[in-house]
Amino acid sequence: MKATVHVTLKNGVLDPQGKAIEHALGALGFAGVDQVRQGKFLELKLDETDKEKARAQVTAMCEKLLANTVIENYTVEIEG
Amino acid sequence: MKSAIIVFPGTNRERDMAVALQQASGKAPHMVWHRDTDIPDVDLIVVPGGFSYGDYLRAGAIAAHSPVLRSLKEKADKGIPVMGVCNGFQVLTETGLLPGVLMRNAGLKFICRNVGLKVETSQSLFTGGYEDGQVLSIPVAHHDGNYFADEKTLDEIEQNGQVAFRYVDENGAMNAAGNPNGSARNIAGVFNKEKTVLGFMPHPENAIDSAVGGTDGRGLFDGLVRALS
Repeated sequence: MKATVHVTLKNGVLDPQGKAIEHALGALGFAGVDQVRQGKFLELKLDETDKEKARAQVTAMCEKLLANTVIENYTVEIEG
Repeated sequence: MKSAIIVFPGTNRERDMAVALQQASGKAPHMVWHRDTDIPDVDLIVVPGGFSYGDYLRAGAIAAHSPVLRSLKEKADKGIPVMGVCNGFQVLTETGLLPGVLMRNAGLKFICRNVGLKVETSQSLFTGGYEDGQVLSIPVAHHDGNYFADEKTLDEIEQNGQVAFRYVDENGAMNAAGNPNGSARNIAGVFNKEKTVLGFMPHPENAIDSAVGGTDGRGLFDGLVRALS
């Protein structure tokens, strides 16, 4: 089973890297780009075959390691 | 004062820290490798600076779940003093021993220079060698030192007297000009509630010799030796 995890900064947490990317896009001539936020995307291959158990497992991984919930939100998707 | 220094792959300030601890206490600290599951009985455990595990995932995140950290957490819960410097501060926030998180510097650049540092309180095991409000000049060397916590947490740590150090400008004023990395409320270091755990970004271990970088860092080590011997 495959899991995908998106880790994003919470609203209200400043993202200086996103800001720098936004400025770079502007400098390249891409107009009208606003509020670029940088995050992380992770793919995990799991032995688990039960979808709900897999989701619970990956959620626990996010809480413990993959995201820092002081500043980050995460979403988990299970495929296959 | 007996001490131990935790060493991870990628740690690079452990020798500077050992020199500073030995200079103040007269005893060489134990160096404890990240795979070790036991930390010797000591009066102080230090998590030094560097780039543990290459800062993969987030600075300090992988180190926070290494075998030796389980032992460190048990000792910290028993009240053994723990000090995290720079990457060590990042590790201690990732373990949850200290509130908040260290984010990428607001200016996105690695900063390596001396900063003004105000001692918020001398009433702790760690800061007894300084006066309340004393302003120090101490080097920083980091890319992820931008202290962040939500407003509620910040209010709480201020009320509990958990702010140990703040960045200040050359006149000792707390303002944006004196804030090198965008840290919330200029916070450079925080205690846990019990003030037995301290984390901060600057490197006092690199300010212990007048020949290189001044001696403003000595007060921290001398204060620790007085409190813990």
